[in-house]
Amino acid sequence: MTVAAKQSPPKFSRQRSAEGVRLSLSGDWTLIASHRLEEEAHRMVEEARGDRLIVIDLAQVSQLDTAGAWLINRARHELARRDVAVALEHVRPEYSTLLEEAHYRIFEAPARPNFNLIFILLSDLGQSIVDALHEFYRGVSFLGEFVSSMIYVASRPHRFRLTSLVAQIELIGFRSVPIIVLINVLVGAIVAQQGIFQLLRFGASSYTVSLIGILVLRELGVLLTSIMIAGRSGSAITAELGSMKMREEVDALLVMGLSPIEVLIAPRVLGLIISLPILTFIADMAALFGGMIVSWWYGGISPVAFASLLKEAIALHTFLVGIIKAPFMALVIGLIASMDGLATKGSAESLGRQVTSSVVKSIFMVIVMDGLFAIFFASIDY
Amino acid sequence: MSSFSTYADGAAEQRPNRDVIISVRDLVVGFGDRTVVKGLDLDVFRGEVLGVVGGSGQGKSVLTRAILGLVPARAGAIRIFGQDRDALAPTERRILEQRWGVLFQNGALFSGLTVKQNIQMPMRETREISYHLMDELAMLKLELVGLPPDAADKFPSELSGGMVKRAALARALALDPELVFLDEPTSGLDPIGAAEFDELIGTLQQTLGLTVFMVTHDLDSLYSICDRVAALAEGRVIAAGPLETLLESDHPWLKAYFHGVRGGRLSAAHIEHKDEEWKPAPTTR
Repeated sequence: MTVAAKQSPPKFSRQRSAEGVRLSLSGDWTLIASHRLEEEAHRMVEEARGDRLIVIDLAQVSQLDTAGAWLINRARHELARRDVAVALEHVRPEYSTLLEEAHYRIFEAPARPNFNLIFILLSDLGQSIVDALHEFYRGVSFLGEFVSSMIYVASRPHRFRLTSLVAQIELIGFRSVPIIVLINVLVGAIVAQQGIFQLLRFGASSYTVSLIGILVLRELGVLLTSIMIAGRSGSAITAELGSMKMREEVDALLVMGLSPIEVLIAPRVLGLIISLPILTFIADMAALFGGMIVSWWYGGISPVAFASLLKEAIALHTFLVGIIKAPFMALVIGLIASMDGLATKGSAESLGRQVTSSVVKSIFMVIVMDGLFAIFFASIDY
Repeated sequence: MSSFSTYADGAAEQRPNRDVIISVRDLVVGFGDRTVVKGLDLDVFRGEVLGVVGGSGQGKSVLTRAILGLVPARAGAIRIFGQDRDALAPTERRILEQRWGVLFQNGALFSGLTVKQNIQMPMRETREISYHLMDELAMLKLELVGLPPDAADKFPSELSGGMVKRAALARALALDPELVFLDEPTSGLDPIGAAEFDELIGTLQQTLGLTVFMVTHDLDSLYSICDRVAALAEGRVIAAGPLETLLESDHPWLKAYFHGVRGGRLSAAHIEHKDEEWKPAPTTR
């Protein structure tokens, strides 16, 4: 015996009697019948429209639930509005409580705000500008809070959470090494391949080494690492802080008189600031290695020749330009991730939104920062 | 435990033809090398309110989750509405699962949906009805559980604890289930709210002819709405029956539970006011 086999669809039959019309309902007047139930109730009103007196007989109804009771009541109400007198007959006691509980009433819908497309468009535009400004303001004030709490911690070194910092460095730095090495070897190899391929036409394929050296050390190493870390660790920080916020763990810290910035955010942001230059260095080496392999294999430049060409092409400052940028990128990623994490509201949806916005914003800001640094270094001729 | 009958049920013996809606036999559930439920037997009869009590970590939640199919059983049989869920085809299983409603301890409302959308979720997914009727039914359920109409468009994070429980109950009742599982329905509510909620469950149980499986720590709920109480200890049912039977039991845990500092006060009061006690009428569906 299956569950479905027990169902019998809701039906009614119509007989004309002396006093008027009798509608005998039968079957299961329950929500399981889905649209069948609705159609049947609707048909009931349609068929009885012209009559003056209707008797609804519930004797044959095998099951009734709130949906069925509601629809019967709604049909009664609609008939009554058309001046049809309606009476119920053979109502079992348990059905009568149900019918009473589900008596027809109109639920007033909460007032909808003015729905004007242009109005909404303009108000959304204004709202998003105001939000963006607010965001910027919050970002700056958050940076201030972070710096002041760093100064506070620096004056009381024993309060610094070293264990937590080390854990973060492991999570953010150490565990990212394989993926950072992998993508940078590949990017170094691709740049080398393209360089050789394009420069060969001018007979200048040995300049490929300068291309790789300068491009990787100044820009690509730090940029790729920052973007990777924004996606990998920035999202993790936002999600972690966001779920702590949802579970009131952040509030628990506050009422203990502890600062979330000091306890939660400082170790993460410092972990990023320490990890990112190291990862950038590793990324640089990996990309140079990738470039070297391809130059050797594809361009016929031996590793010894590669090394001496590289030495001519770059100076210490080429390397430093890349590395100097790394801690600033880390600060931007860390602050955006923490800020968005703490801005999480109660819902799971909001957490998802915050993580997305954190990653998008940090990658965007990393590229903007890189541009600003490019202008800066060009103007100081470094 | 041998001195105490592991399955004492006076009511069932008196009325052997009562419809069994859940039957659990020799259920064993464990995690890793830890067995939580050890050969448990339990019957839930149609139209009753069964209260399940037991100390923390004695297997109440695990039993509920095993009946709901959220944790696999290692051994034993669970029959719901006379059917062995594990033997059913997936479609039949889904139909069976639509015949029960669950109120989770913390509500488990979908946080990204409004209260109304939460209530409509089961209807939307399993029934083909018009949006108009869905709206009306959602508002009706909302009113049944005693929430104001303006709660409909609020998100769960904007509700108070008591309102979350009511909204979650409305969602559990969305498809007019025959069987409702309540996991600590009154926990986290103030005494007035808890009493109101008890009363609500009692009223709904009578109106809709529900069978209620209620895990609770609230002694007031046991006294006010439960027809039968099953006590769990060490992964077994140590006693099941009307509250009076359990009150007279001399099992050490039950004595401590009902005649301890908190329980004692209530059981004394209960005996005094026995005549005025609220009693659900037998209902059929």
